[in-house]
Amino acid sequence: MITGLVHSTESFGAVDGPGIRFLVFLKGCNMRCQYCHNADTWSSEGAETFTADELLSKAERYRSYWRKSGGITVSGGEPLLQIDFVIELFRKAHARGVNTVLDTSAQPFTRTAPFFAKFQELMAYTDLVLLDIKHIDSEKHKALTGHDNKNILDAAEYLSEINKPVWIRHVLVPGLTDNDGDLKRLRAFIDTLGNVQKVEVLPYHSLGLDKWEKLGLTCPLKDTEPPGDERIRNANRILTGGD
Amino acid sequence: MKDAWRGFKGTHWTEDINVRDFIQNNYTPYDGDESFLAGPTEATNKLWGRLQELQREERAHNGVLECETEVVSGITAYGPGYIDTSMKNLEKVVGLQTDKPLKRAFMPYGGIKMAEQAAETYGYKINPKFSEIFRLYHKTHNQAVFDAYTPEMKRARHAHIVTGLPDTYGRGRIVGDYRRVALYGIDFLIEKKKEDFANCGDGTMFDEVIRQREEITEQIRALDAMKQLANIYGFDISKPATDAREAVQWLYFGYLAAIKTQNGAAMSVGRISTFLDIYIERDLEEGTLTESEAQELIDHIVMKFRMVKFARVPSYNQLFSGDPIWATLEMAGKSMDGRHMVTKNDFRFLHTLENMGPSPEPNLTVLYCSSLPEAFKLYAAKVSINTSSVQYENDDVMRPVWRDDYSICCCVSATETGKEMQFFGARANLAKCLLYAINGGVDVKTHEQVGPEYPKITSEYLDYKEVLHRFDQMMDWLAGLYVNILNLIHYMHDKYYYEAAEMALIDTDVRRTFATGIAGFSHVVDSLSAIKYAKVKVIRDELGLAVGFETEGEFPKYGNDDDRADEIAVWLLKTFMNKIKRHHTYRHSEATTSILTITSNVVYGKATGATPDGRKAYTPFAPGGNPSYGAEQNGLLASLNSVAKLPYEYALDGISNTQTISPLALGHTLAEQKENLVSAMDGYFDRGAHHLNVNVFGTDKLIDCMNNPEKPEYANFTIRVSGYAVKFISLTTEQQLDVIARTCHKHM
Repeated sequence: MITGLVHSTESFGAVDGPGIRFLVFLKGCNMRCQYCHNADTWSSEGAETFTADELLSKAERYRSYWRKSGGITVSGGEPLLQIDFVIELFRKAHARGVNTVLDTSAQPFTRTAPFFAKFQELMAYTDLVLLDIKHIDSEKHKALTGHDNKNILDAAEYLSEINKPVWIRHVLVPGLTDNDGDLKRLRAFIDTLGNVQKVEVLPYHSLGLDKWEKLGLTCPLKDTEPPGDERIRNANRILTGGD
Repeated sequence: MKDAWRGFKGTHWTEDINVRDFIQNNYTPYDGDESFLAGPTEATNKLWGRLQELQREERAHNGVLECETEVVSGITAYGPGYIDTSMKNLEKVVGLQTDKPLKRAFMPYGGIKMAEQAAETYGYKINPKFSEIFRLYHKTHNQAVFDAYTPEMKRARHAHIVTGLPDTYGRGRIVGDYRRVALYGIDFLIEKKKEDFANCGDGTMFDEVIRQREEITEQIRALDAMKQLANIYGFDISKPATDAREAVQWLYFGYLAAIKTQNGAAMSVGRISTFLDIYIERDLEEGTLTESEAQELIDHIVMKFRMVKFARVPSYNQLFSGDPIWATLEMAGKSMDGRHMVTKNDFRFLHTLENMGPSPEPNLTVLYCSSLPEAFKLYAAKVSINTSSVQYENDDVMRPVWRDDYSICCCVSATETGKEMQFFGARANLAKCLLYAINGGVDVKTHEQVGPEYPKITSEYLDYKEVLHRFDQMMDWLAGLYVNILNLIHYMHDKYYYEAAEMALIDTDVRRTFATGIAGFSHVVDSLSAIKYAKVKVIRDELGLAVGFETEGEFPKYGNDDDRADEIAVWLLKTFMNKIKRHHTYRHSEATTSILTITSNVVYGKATGATPDGRKAYTPFAPGGNPSYGAEQNGLLASLNSVAKLPYEYALDGISNTQTISPLALGHTLAEQKENLVSAMDGYFDRGAHHLNVNVFGTDKLIDCMNNPEKPEYANFTIRVSGYAVKFISLTTEQQLDVIARTCHKHM
């Protein structure tokens, strides 16, 4: 039986997909984003093991709160690193009538075998993808996360090709990801996609800093303040405004 | 009557007093949204501005603007009083407790010593002649209770295993049906009470008959006094109200009579919103009232509810922090025939929090169920998110028990309006009871033998079966003692501090409930779970008393939707309730219990030694039915699921649950936040949960407010605590720290 390496679960997720959602944080990520607020999910060590049915039974204890729009969201870590498990989880979720959201940075995405076939299967059971685009500029993306963004943008394009509903998310970090020029480029890219239902600007917050400290790491952004209201409004204007 | 009742439908209510029948025949359910609402009028802004100035002065004067020292409070004790005499024509609803706004009345009947101390605390000296009168010539409730207490009762009280008892002040929690004054006028009410008097007994003078005859006469006297009270302000309330303004004013005079004569812990207003809507709808239809004027009426009566004050002693303020009076007022709910009872007036009452800013009083309570109109649920959620001043109680679990015209008489306790009264009984400290079970009835704080001298548990590690057996025995003792203390208190309260004004507005043939309560709930549950699922080693002092516990291993905790712990919680509630029910209760009252602590969780905790769940000695308990601090490890919904498992039928006096959610964790936009809060409440209440206090703010705001209380934005910053709302700046530092320590759900 396939099992998942789980960092933690949260019964009340209200900001990761539509409605109220049961969140599953999977362990393991290849990216090392400077602003990561879940640094404790990077490694696979210390994970708890769950089967898909175990997680779903746990999640369904909260079904009464989901109303029309809620369900489960798998996040991480990077869930695509455990794609076999996520396929199993979402397939079974759909069998139980549970709405599924994948929260991913798409870093493992590729159109080559064996990953691509698996991804195609996963999309059959995925109702919505929250696609995190860390930076539109590949060089800056690499500096920020350790990886370039070519396959990530390709993932966005693929999802557009299959017309999979997507919310684009962009974490706004002062000085790093809030440059007007870059935001405009990101907007231009998003405008080429036909499947984007929503663009969310997520202001950087420092609540994840203590996780770095607990891991004995120094967060490069430890002195960075969250963006001010004006910068947030500005980013929203550029990324979601009507012009 | 004919003109006053023009256009109203129905017949039963016209012949007998039956406000419920009037409402059911005449109310207009409203399915729309808040777009019809009107902002504050100029008069409202002026009066509220003045009142805020007075509130600032009050804060600057140590929390009390002025205390009466020369006049004993009574329905007709004063001439007219206004928020500001120079603006009295702006007040659409008039009447103050004393002759001046926010001045605290002298109410000696609960206990002269407390009344004097309360004044002295704020630098006032009660005229010494009253000391003599209420010691030598007129007995008070407090003196009577202490005349009759047994030594065991005094010990239990002193050790705080039962505490917060209404033996020094009014017991409160009796909701007069103030609507009757508006619908019928005083003369009709007197006529009906006279009929009751004529039909009281067959001539044989049993105790009950004598007592009832005396009480009815007291009630009639109070009704007469209400007429005089209205007269003082230039109104004649002998006949029914003829329009909305009169209905609001008549009703308020009824309530004013209650708060001029009783300083009960909780002085609820009751279910007035739908009732008043009927009058407003009629005036709107007749073209004699505009929406703006309707809102003004509601704003002005709410302003009056925001002004109710009682003089309290510091020990009382520790129990019930922040000057609450529980002017609880209900909205929404559904009727027995399945129609929802949301009216435009429910929107207007919520809107007062927008027109005049957040406020702890009145204690606005939405009788919630998932099948209420979506637009109303979303509006209530919006007001909650912006003001943290609203509480929600599950109409789906209460309606089958209390029907569709109940009021909430305190925080969470339902009572059928005009048909019932309640004997308020504070709460028993079950965490301390567990320690008594381990220590053979000896109190670890005082080393006194308070409970019965049962064998101590002497093993190094606690054995679940043994602890359960001893705890069961000790709860038997506590339940019996507790009920009898309350029997005694309420006998004396009826005799020496009878609520004539409220009871005059309740049916003579009244149903009585006997409301006990539990404190330390989550700590007992987690302690028993620790003993059952982990190893608990006892640390004993030189006297062999268990003063500390070391727990080895993990154990499930209440608040995580873990059935192993939650089953213990259900067992505890049922067991305690069944023990209470075995005993005789005063005046054939029906025993109920609550899991509700108000802010007394801090005081109770301070009096209670370390518990096996890891709670340190003399630290606060979790409030009400909430899980313990730090116990919630699986997020808000897991916590809600645990609380929702407690069966309401065993806690008909209510199960309070207070939760705080960071706005950023509730959604990215206000629209999302509203939608998500409604989903959370639908899910929670559909599981049969009883109550939810909703706070939406982050801990950072609390800390900033604590450090910078003078910032104008914090003057009215209101938060929900166990069963009521309070201005955060009016809490003691200790209470503030307690609130900050509680879980804030902020997953983002």
